[in-house]
Amino acid sequence: MHKSDTTEITDTPAGAESEAIIQVRGLKNSFGSHVVHEGLDLDLYPGEILAVVGGSGTGKSVLLRSIVGLLRPSGGTVKVFGEDIQHLSSSERSRVERRFGMLFQGGALFSSLNLQENVALPLIEHVGLPREEAQHLGRLKLALAGLPAEAAIKYPAELSGGMVKRAALARALALDPEVLFLDEPTAGLDPIGAAAFDQLILTLRDALGISVFIVTHDLDTLYSICDRVAVLARRKVLVAASLDEVAATDDEWIQEYFHGPRGRAAQATANQAKA
Amino acid sequence: MASQPGSVKIEEHRFILKGAWILQHYKQLRGEIASLKGQLHPESEPTSQIPWRDSYTLELQGITAMDTAGASLLLEFLGSHWLEDYPDVVAELPQERVRLLKTIAATMANPLEAPTPQASLLRLFLAGVGERTEAVWRQQWQLFGFIGQTLSTMLGTFARPRSWRITSMVAHIQQTGPNAVPIVALLTFLVGAVVGFLGATVLRDFGATIYTVNLVAFSFLREFGVLLAAILMAGRTASAFTAQIGSMKANEEIDAIRTLGLDPVEVLVLPRVTAMLVTLPILTFIGMFSGIAGGALVCVTTLDISLFQFISIVKRDIAINHFIVGMVKAPVFAYVIGVIGCLEGFKVSGSAQSVGEHTTSSVVQSIFIVILLNAIAALFFMQMGW
Repeated sequence: MHKSDTTEITDTPAGAESEAIIQVRGLKNSFGSHVVHEGLDLDLYPGEILAVVGGSGTGKSVLLRSIVGLLRPSGGTVKVFGEDIQHLSSSERSRVERRFGMLFQGGALFSSLNLQENVALPLIEHVGLPREEAQHLGRLKLALAGLPAEAAIKYPAELSGGMVKRAALARALALDPEVLFLDEPTAGLDPIGAAAFDQLILTLRDALGISVFIVTHDLDTLYSICDRVAVLARRKVLVAASLDEVAATDDEWIQEYFHGPRGRAAQATANQAKA
Repeated sequence: MASQPGSVKIEEHRFILKGAWILQHYKQLRGEIASLKGQLHPESEPTSQIPWRDSYTLELQGITAMDTAGASLLLEFLGSHWLEDYPDVVAELPQERVRLLKTIAATMANPLEAPTPQASLLRLFLAGVGERTEAVWRQQWQLFGFIGQTLSTMLGTFARPRSWRITSMVAHIQQTGPNAVPIVALLTFLVGAVVGFLGATVLRDFGATIYTVNLVAFSFLREFGVLLAAILMAGRTASAFTAQIGSMKANEEIDAIRTLGLDPVEVLVLPRVTAMLVTLPILTFIGMFSGIAGGALVCVTTLDISLFQFISIVKRDIAINHFIVGMVKAPVFAYVIGVIGCLEGFKVSGSAQSVGEHTTSSVVQSIFIVILLNAIAALFFMQMGW
């Protein structure tokens, strides 16, 4: 064990000499007397897949919500595309938020709209496309997320969990965002569905060149698609580096996480896949 | 931020594509492509593809930016096979753009629109009528079934005082009773005053304004007290029951109750219905009293009938059976309103829209049934001479 404030390793991924598109500095979040984050720093670079891991209750979702602006932090700054979102006017904020795509944990699809209407909604509202064209693009996005054509006219209540996640991903991609936020994308999916979803995210990142910010518990996701991993513990980011470096960090929780039975199993599978 | 918008031009057998092919310019680009196709093939359908590869060369280097929307447009314009047909053009493109185009092309390889079965309007209309009729029939059937189920559960629980859910029942009494007193009292008071005015106006021509007292007392004891209280309960409480049980249903809480070996009717319905059975008679009594008070106010202020005279006329002319006729209806209405509210809650499926639909339906149904039952009861009591 060592003191957390002396051991922060924050390196940039290879080849990413460019400016970080999301810069979190000294973030503080507290609810009443309960402090969730204090002095939290984190960067997201263009084109990378960054995973945020941490035990339950360490405030992964709170971090996500304060970056996308759903939650006003108690202190610190969150700079997105070089702008501090807390000091923007509401119209400027809306312009920044359009460059985000967010996948909520439970999907959060609008239950009174069918899938193509769900995806078409931001296109109609923000781009001003006619309904017909917006729904056409909506169907394209649904197909891109791997849903069959007949799913487009179904309602969220008629779908399985995996299909809800895919549809929610399609809606998150509707406006061709530059950053995609995923809150536990593979939670509740079967292993085959989860692996397919991981591959889908990887394919989309490669094809669309977007940056992806994943909050996850899924070790297989970490090993198979993530470029960097940030570990959240003791109210801040302990390390944010490549998986190997993080796994080698001398910290009790991290060792337990990556070298516990599940961590070893996921690592073995990943190594097999590489070989 | 976005550079010059995307554009398409033809110059002597060359297609020149330029600018940013992104979502912001989607509408305009689509329009340009449609008009271009119109120029090339005025006779063909605007959606058909251009047989360009025999006679045209393609220049894509001018494209500055592209996203999925732009890529899909480009592929729709050129046909999805051009990536294979023109390797030399593709080779000049940046790697990530080729990846994007290939991903979108793979996505568009399958038809995006599922075939929808086409039916004639007449058939759809007839099918709709049939569905509605069956739904109404099924609804009544379910309601009768649920009324019976609740009654039998109630009788079964009655013998076992240990399984009475006192806390839950008291909480529902609190919600449905005391909190509803002000609105019931105010509303019946106002209606009582209106009935008083009505009587005064009509009976003045006959010189029988004194009978306004009888009119107010009769109507509120026999009909209006219980009817107004029940309608308010239907709007206020039946909807609350539906929304509560409905969101529990949507959250799978009802299923959880079942898997824990408990009976949702016993746990959720009985406390609510029992609470209604307790509160509606009390509210009815308050409604009767306050309605008559409203009538009395009108009599005292406009008809020169003193309060003392008003009370003595009521005592002399109105027999106790009118009060009983009004009161016996209260538990029946309470039971029906409670049961409809709960049943509609159980019918909710998943979506927020469904919660809304069933809440509306429970209010409409319970008001309808209350008025219907009241009419039947009025006929019955009149024939019996009670």
